[in-house]
Amino acid sequence: MADNTTEHKWTMIVDLDKCTGCQACVVACSAENNIPTPSEDEILRGRGNQWIRIERYWEGEYPNVKARFLPVFCQQCGNAPCEPVCPVYASYHSEQENLNVQVYNRCVGTRYCGNNCPYRVRIFNYFAPHFDEPLEQQLNPDVTVRGPGVMEKCTFCIQRIRRGRETANAENRPLEDGEVVPACVQACPADALVFGDKYDENSRVAQMVPNERQFKLLEHMGTEPAVYYLKGGETHVGE
Amino acid sequence: MLESRADSSPFWQPHDPEDEHLAEQVEHGREEHLLLDPLPPAENNAIVLESMNQTGKAFWMAVLGLGGLTLAFLATWIVQIFSGIGVTGLNRSVMWGPYIANLIYFIGIGHAGTFISAALRLLRMDFKRPIARAAELITLFGLAVAALFPIIHVGRIWKLFYMMPIPNQRELWPNFRSALFWDMTAITTYIIGSTLFMYLALLPDLAMARDHSTGWRRKIYRTLALGWRGTEGEWHKMESTSNILSYVIIPVMFSVHTGVSWNLAMSIQPGWHSTVFGPFFVAGALFSGVAAVILVMIVIRKTMRFGYFLREEHFNAMGLFLLIMSFTWIYFYFAEWITNWYGNLPMEKAIQRMLTGDLAPLFYLMLFANIVVPVGTLWSRRVRTSLPAMFVICVFIQIGMYIERVVIVSGFLSRNELPFNWVNYTPHLPEVLITIGTFGFLALMYLLATRVVPIIPLWEVYEGQAMQATRRIGRAILPTRTESH
Repeated sequence: MADNTTEHKWTMIVDLDKCTGCQACVVACSAENNIPTPSEDEILRGRGNQWIRIERYWEGEYPNVKARFLPVFCQQCGNAPCEPVCPVYASYHSEQENLNVQVYNRCVGTRYCGNNCPYRVRIFNYFAPHFDEPLEQQLNPDVTVRGPGVMEKCTFCIQRIRRGRETANAENRPLEDGEVVPACVQACPADALVFGDKYDENSRVAQMVPNERQFKLLEHMGTEPAVYYLKGGETHVGE
Repeated sequence: MLESRADSSPFWQPHDPEDEHLAEQVEHGREEHLLLDPLPPAENNAIVLESMNQTGKAFWMAVLGLGGLTLAFLATWIVQIFSGIGVTGLNRSVMWGPYIANLIYFIGIGHAGTFISAALRLLRMDFKRPIARAAELITLFGLAVAALFPIIHVGRIWKLFYMMPIPNQRELWPNFRSALFWDMTAITTYIIGSTLFMYLALLPDLAMARDHSTGWRRKIYRTLALGWRGTEGEWHKMESTSNILSYVIIPVMFSVHTGVSWNLAMSIQPGWHSTVFGPFFVAGALFSGVAAVILVMIVIRKTMRFGYFLREEHFNAMGLFLLIMSFTWIYFYFAEWITNWYGNLPMEKAIQRMLTGDLAPLFYLMLFANIVVPVGTLWSRRVRTSLPAMFVICVFIQIGMYIERVVIVSGFLSRNELPFNWVNYTPHLPEVLITIGTFGFLALMYLLATRVVPIIPLWEVYEGQAMQATRRIGRAILPTRTESH
């Protein structure tokens, strides 16, 4: 029996030097995690419900403008501000995966966690989910379709993590690096996203982490995110 | 040279001094002070009982209007439950909106009632005697309406019982670390405590109403009065229980608004995460609460003909109280503002820029209503004793304090750490309807209660009048007071 019950530290690395802001990860995430497509009106009201958001910041004055892209999704904080405030333990910390998980069935929808998240990555289901045809035909059976009134957020594709571990357990071997790949990482054409277990010393993530370009988002808040960003160089748009 | 007048005549029989000068002084005292102007209890009882029976055209019109608002509130709520919270204007950054602001506001106006009753009782402030019941009723209904808002606010109202510590086979408990849980506990304790406190003091008046009414009223009062007979032992027990409850309820009162403010202050949202929020919110609550009590006093004095009970001295005293609360609120607001401004941290700067930018009309209206209006007018006794002026001032304070809560809740939320998520909030129709509707609901409950509950605590007035007497010292007539406790 392989020792796949040990703790993992699932970690994501976002290389901003490679990110082109193409939003392929956003689409992949929506398809994988049964995220309904919001209407244009909803987006304009500030209710985009994608679990990944490509933040675009402009630098400089027109015409010398540079665009900076910052993909932001749940940072899976080691010390998450959303967890203690939930009155019903819907937002809690998974010991085994070292992830911050959300129990949809338990959530009452006080939205306290959403207010307390400095990254604003928690999404509230304002309405019952609606999928345009034929999107409702391709829902992922591994992921719940969330009803109205619950909070949700990026899970690091925990269904894929679980499946990978169970397969490894069944085949009686340890989980290999690169075996578990979230949808966004799989879809990224620029290979800007790297995912793996940081406790596994030989993983790509563990080897990339001590990096001089590395930073964490809002690190001063002490949330201990599991997402590392690598600083980008020059990203020119319109040249 | 003390000349006492020991006699055994009832407290409401006037003593008319022979001396013309002294008689003038006595007359003056009777005009000025309710407690020096006793009427025979039968007359007083009649005033209160008649006021409860007045259901004229204006009353039914008011019931109809307020009932309409209540229906609008209920209908909107049902629509919101079936379609989802999405019908409101909330967005990804501003997840708490006017519902939470309303919760804070209504708990705020419910604050003063118990404070006026309990704290002023312990401080032996006699001016509160005829006001206490009207104030306590605001507490009761204010809390009832406030307690609706967390229920309106949550996404899945049908799962609300998860928040309550109900034993279950999975041994799942609420999260005791969550400020929402603390708040819920404090509000529940306060509702129970202030209901008991009010009901206890209501017993003798209910018994009075029972003894002087017929028909359905008599049935109701007989049940509610719990067989109160007015024996020495009953009075004694009520007195000591009220004293104990007064001491207990004051810390609970502080805990309630501190708890509400901690919902905000315990989070790490910039602008909310502030140590001063507890006392600041308590001061704000008393400020708007005292103003609400004055508003109600004006309305019931006008519509229920309580000119005898609610006099200039009461409005004067409450006006002074309001002025003190205004200063307290200003102090806390200033303390909060100047530390943020001086600290010059980017996030707090962004919030202050928004207040003096996008939200400038609201912000300056709030400062005008909460600072300029009360401080600029209430120093004058003429203003404090003028009912129209007090009405306008108190309405201004309600508007100002309401704006303060909305700005703190949904205004501050629209600015957070990552500027990409700065989304401004505008209310949509459901929030507006529910907010206005609940004001109507509160007023409706109060209106109906005034026709059933004796709104003037008569026994407290009698007690005060029996303990007050005049004493002649030389050429002057001075009011004296007996200490009974």
